[in-house]
Amino acid sequence: MRAEHFCGECGHVQPASPTDYFSFFGLPRRLELDEAALEREFYTLSRKLHPDIYSRASAREQAWSLEKSSQLNDAYRTLHDPISRTEYLLGLEGIELEEQSKSATEKARAAGVEKKQSVPPELLEEAFELSMLLEEAKAGGVDDDLRAQLVSTRQSLTARLNAMHDELRAAWKQWDEGDSAATAAMVDVLNRRSYLRNLLREINEVLNS
Amino acid sequence: MGSGPSLAHPDAPGKGVFIIPGEDGEMLVPSVVALDANNHFLVGNAAREALLTTPDRAIYSVKRLMGRGMEDVQQELKLFPFHLAEDLAPGEVLRIKLGGRAYTPPEISAQILRQLKRNAERFFGAPVKQAVITVPAYFNDAQRQATKDAGRIAGLEVLRLVNEPTAASLAYGLDRKQNGTIAVYDFGGGTFDISVLKLKDGIFEVIATNGDTHLGGDDIDNLLIAVAVEDIAGDLKMNVRERPEVVQRLRRAMIEAKIALSSQESAAIDVELPGGVRYQRTITREMFEPMIAPIVERTLAPCRQALRDAGIEAAQVDEVVLVGGSTRIPLVRRKVEQLFGRKPHTELNPDEVVALGAAVQAQILGGGSEETKDMLLLDVTPLSLGIEALGGVTAKIIHRNSTIPASATEQFTTGVEGQTSIAIHVLQGERELAKDCRSLARFDLKGVPPMPAGLPRIEVRFLIDANGILHVSAREQRSGKEAEIQVQPSYGLTDEQVESMILDSFDNAEQDLAERQLIEARNEAETILTALRKGRRSEAWTMLSFTEQRKIEGAETRLRQAVAGTDHGLVRRAIDELNQATMHLAELMMDAAVGGALRGRNMETTGIEEGPAAPHPIGKAEFS
Repeated sequence: MRAEHFCGECGHVQPASPTDYFSFFGLPRRLELDEAALEREFYTLSRKLHPDIYSRASAREQAWSLEKSSQLNDAYRTLHDPISRTEYLLGLEGIELEEQSKSATEKARAAGVEKKQSVPPELLEEAFELSMLLEEAKAGGVDDDLRAQLVSTRQSLTARLNAMHDELRAAWKQWDEGDSAATAAMVDVLNRRSYLRNLLREINEVLNS
Repeated sequence: MGSGPSLAHPDAPGKGVFIIPGEDGEMLVPSVVALDANNHFLVGNAAREALLTTPDRAIYSVKRLMGRGMEDVQQELKLFPFHLAEDLAPGEVLRIKLGGRAYTPPEISAQILRQLKRNAERFFGAPVKQAVITVPAYFNDAQRQATKDAGRIAGLEVLRLVNEPTAASLAYGLDRKQNGTIAVYDFGGGTFDISVLKLKDGIFEVIATNGDTHLGGDDIDNLLIAVAVEDIAGDLKMNVRERPEVVQRLRRAMIEAKIALSSQESAAIDVELPGGVRYQRTITREMFEPMIAPIVERTLAPCRQALRDAGIEAAQVDEVVLVGGSTRIPLVRRKVEQLFGRKPHTELNPDEVVALGAAVQAQILGGGSEETKDMLLLDVTPLSLGIEALGGVTAKIIHRNSTIPASATEQFTTGVEGQTSIAIHVLQGERELAKDCRSLARFDLKGVPPMPAGLPRIEVRFLIDANGILHVSAREQRSGKEAEIQVQPSYGLTDEQVESMILDSFDNAEQDLAERQLIEARNEAETILTALRKGRRSEAWTMLSFTEQRKIEGAETRLRQAVAGTDHGLVRRAIDELNQATMHLAELMMDAAVGGALRGRNMETTGIEEGPAAPHPIGKAEFS
């Protein structure tokens, strides 16, 4: 059911009511979606809601257009990207992702607490090797040899990261068909992905310094 | 609003977009402001002259000082001839000393805007009250706020701030009407921006933007000046560092040389120094390019970052557009071509394309003409917005390159029993620690209902509007009470300060306006009367009927009387009357000129100064 953006009678912008991003676009809560169609709808709604269109309208309409278009942009940004769409839907379903997430990291850091780190098993060995390399880098700087090793590790981790997208899409299909076991699969992929990204970030920090 | 020249641009529905000239007929108004001997403001070319004679009473590139504090501008100050007020505190808006008073950067910018406003009013013959102003895409909130303040002080309602690369893409898009991915490389006088956009069916969607607000043609100029100063110290054993007038003379010469080197292999420099000595040398492109290579190199990292953020490779960009005077430099063009693997577009004048784009945006805001009715700009915020959290870290709440308007909501609570206010520090930037980010403002949420610690639930809403400026609102959820927010903008003016500056200028404005209108009317009268004197001596005069001649003389007398008075409206009406009366004379003189040209006679003997193509002061005579 699409959220009511415009009054059926007078066609004017309606005050933004709290609504989830899927209903904003009149979409069902499914993970697979036609991204091209979403983009078209985003453009169509932008043409109707953007503040530029209301620059000569009443102050009230301008305020509502500002609210509405920020909601539109937030919704599009979240649904458009496969990862944020998955996280968002899981959130709507009340599922908490593990504490690998960035916001959890920030929360923990803000509270001055050590965040929980559970290493995905298949990455254990690589994570260990990488931490050795990073120690070396911190201690003695990055020589050509070390640089080559780090670049090669980055490449293999990036390949793994890209492979996760396929895993995720498979899980989506399951979930959309109503198989709730898919939830656990998606949470797992997202957590492992998060961990991988942290590793890659550390490598890049060392390589770019 | 350039660091270099600024342009005014009319928005006339039905017409195309074009640039209107200033009082002196020039298209570009140099962004220079100076005080004359009577402490009146000069803007543009007149002020540029003042830079040479009284550099301590002139300011250029004030754009580089907007939204900034003392700590940020130390480097630039070394080569600027003007001085800051002595009692500046960190975090305070800058104040620049000029003619016995101190002015903030928005006040100086407002002078430039006022001049542009006047140029537009002259063109239309009607008041101009609204404006679309362009800013670098990478400008932060404080810099944008300062620009808006400048607009208000100049008496303009700022309808929209538009990012410069996005504006350029509008002008370009209007021109080309093609879908695809565009990269806009904008290298101006003081700032560098790179934006990656997607054009689709009239929607201009910015995907990523990056830049450096401390990088521009000015840096190239400063490098050249440093070289000159060293040369002079070494070869001529003269220390000119402490002589601002000499430095300004060198600056002008180096800028001319730099410009020449864009189309020539070498440029000669010849500057008079104190004591009659001359500084003479030649700079070749071979010398110039390695000198400026590091500066140009600095533009490439933001480009790569923007491409990464956009999730595309350089090769996937369909079109590259160059904006800004500094992109005329051959080395810059080569580097850009290398990076993107294709030749960049340069058909649109890099100095004017941004103003053209702003005019297109103004048309869109005004309801759209036939051409622009399907166009819409979707821009992004260039910097992540965050809040300072415990431990001095930044918690990001709106990420960079988020389409605007964008919003985020955060929950806050109290730490102490009975606490009635909460301090929030808002930051912009990508770094982890608050101290490494840009301080935007500190908010004090007041009026929190006194409760045990941890109970109040304050919902704070951060909204970045279509101008890229932040608005904050807060609500205590249990009581539904709206919390009062007091803003202390960093490096900015409070609303009260802006109001008082507007009033200040308003008091003078009325008087100024009448005075100025009279001066302008008198100038025009002078022009037409001079032309008439010449006309009297021409053959064409003898071809007029007695009645026509008497009519002209009568109108002339009335105009002279009006000019001697103080009613500018009267002067204008008298000008119109004389114009009417001399129309036939003008036509006859034109015919004679054309005939004369065909028969090999020159303009002077026919009694008119300008050629047929120029707007003739005596009458309306257009060759189309």
